[in-house]
Amino acid sequence: MLELSLRKNLHTAEGNVTLDIELEAETGQFLTLFGRSGVGKTTCLRCIAGLTEPDHGRIAVGGEIWFDRTKGIDIPPQKRRVGFVFQDYALFPNLSVRENLRIALGDPKDERYLDELLELMDIRELERRLPTTLSGGQQQRVALARALARRPRLLLLDEPLSALDGETRQRLQNEILRIQRHFRMTTLMVSHDLGEVYRLSDRVIVIEGGRTVARGRPAEVFSNRRISGKFQFTGEVLAVEPNDVVFTLSILIGNRVVQVIATAQEMQDIQVGDTVMLVSKAFNPLVMKVDRNPGRLSPSRS
Amino acid sequence: MAYDWQPLILTLKLATVTTAILFLIGVPLAYWLAFGRFRLKAAVEALVAMPLVLPPSVLGFYLLLAFSPKNAFGRFLDETFGLRLVFSFEGLVVASVLFSLPFMVHPVQSGFQNLPRSLTEAAYTLGLSRWKTLTRILLPNIKPSLLAGAVISFAHTIGEFGVVLMMGGSIPGVTRVASIAIYDEVESLNYDAANFYAFVLFALSFSILLAVFFINKRALGPH
Repeated sequence: MLELSLRKNLHTAEGNVTLDIELEAETGQFLTLFGRSGVGKTTCLRCIAGLTEPDHGRIAVGGEIWFDRTKGIDIPPQKRRVGFVFQDYALFPNLSVRENLRIALGDPKDERYLDELLELMDIRELERRLPTTLSGGQQQRVALARALARRPRLLLLDEPLSALDGETRQRLQNEILRIQRHFRMTTLMVSHDLGEVYRLSDRVIVIEGGRTVARGRPAEVFSNRRISGKFQFTGEVLAVEPNDVVFTLSILIGNRVVQVIATAQEMQDIQVGDTVMLVSKAFNPLVMKVDRNPGRLSPSRS
Repeated sequence: MAYDWQPLILTLKLATVTTAILFLIGVPLAYWLAFGRFRLKAAVEALVAMPLVLPPSVLGFYLLLAFSPKNAFGRFLDETFGLRLVFSFEGLVVASVLFSLPFMVHPVQSGFQNLPRSLTEAAYTLGLSRWKTLTRILLPNIKPSLLAGAVISFAHTIGEFGVVLMMGGSIPGVTRVASIAIYDEVESLNYDAANFYAFVLFALSFSILLAVFFINKRALGPH
């Protein structure tokens, strides 16, 4: 469905990097480009959308050639039929939510499809509001709905949830997945959040220094790389209390204080104020389900 | 005593016509300077900004030479279009447009440049043509800049003196605008008439600028 091979020289903060990527996606697939920022993931999306011109390469979607350097083909972005969700959402501030979607419909205006999208994304009651009056999560929904209003052949998500807080993020991940399945939309997402990649993508492509270093299903790709049989935290020792033969240590990890037991031997060169690493092997962890909405009393925020 | 309103009416007429023409020229020029990539862009920007630093008499002097029927360009205009720009109202308009160009172009250009790039890009990916992107998205989102450009151009044209004097002289009802009339009246020791024109210009300019600041504050402040 999507075939892409491209090369482009990028001037990044870490010097010149050559972006050199090949990828394919089948219809309905959710593909993620994963890697640190500044390695050309976003550039890759922009090349597909026609916002950035590759130095070399070829981009074809559904048998239609959008870009081919050797044949001199470069279809303008207006004709590429992509749904691009920008990192800053790029909603038009002068238009209401409904008008933001409506302008993307093309002609003739299919108002019924527009209503369907508003319902589907649960933004019906926001339709008259201006984007500046919406919360981050709401803006994100509108941006996604607007991208779909275009009836795209390909959905491009550029770190769509990076600006949102944890809970909203999680909710919208489910939303994105639901919508993507609903329309069987071929989707290409850029992300550097491992959890997000795991939850959403069918396949992942790991990019480092402009090049593909791994590709496959998330479980395959990450099983040997980032997931290991142990937990590991780094923290600061706040207090040490002798307790018979052992010591009780209070350690600050993130913004929580954790108390652990250490032996005299372990304590030999550890003092208050030291930075320590806390490691636990996988054979005896306690696994408990976390209830996300414990006795939800407050009405749900839209 | 009855005052002659004609110079004031002429001033307002000149400012209105000039602002309308400047809007039509200035907005495309600002768009071109904000988004275009071409060599000599710096030179074009410097030329547009010239009236900010140039003595009005310099601009007026060269325009007078250029449009004089004794020179090639002026003769060409005269013979082909029957346009004689020297010492005429049309000439004043041309001179004022050139002289107030930066006051229209600069706010609009920076308005365009301050819009997030992603707005234009989003419009393109949603299938909007360049023209539609400009008219439906970009221009509505820089309304305060457009207003500032128009109002300041208008006010600046009211306040013009040197370039108008060089190009138009002081022909009553044709080129004798209020600022010139003040000068003439003072020269003939008619302080009372001069004061009348001066006071009206003062009050007018103040109210225009007050309106701009008021509108900008509302546009930028909380709703």
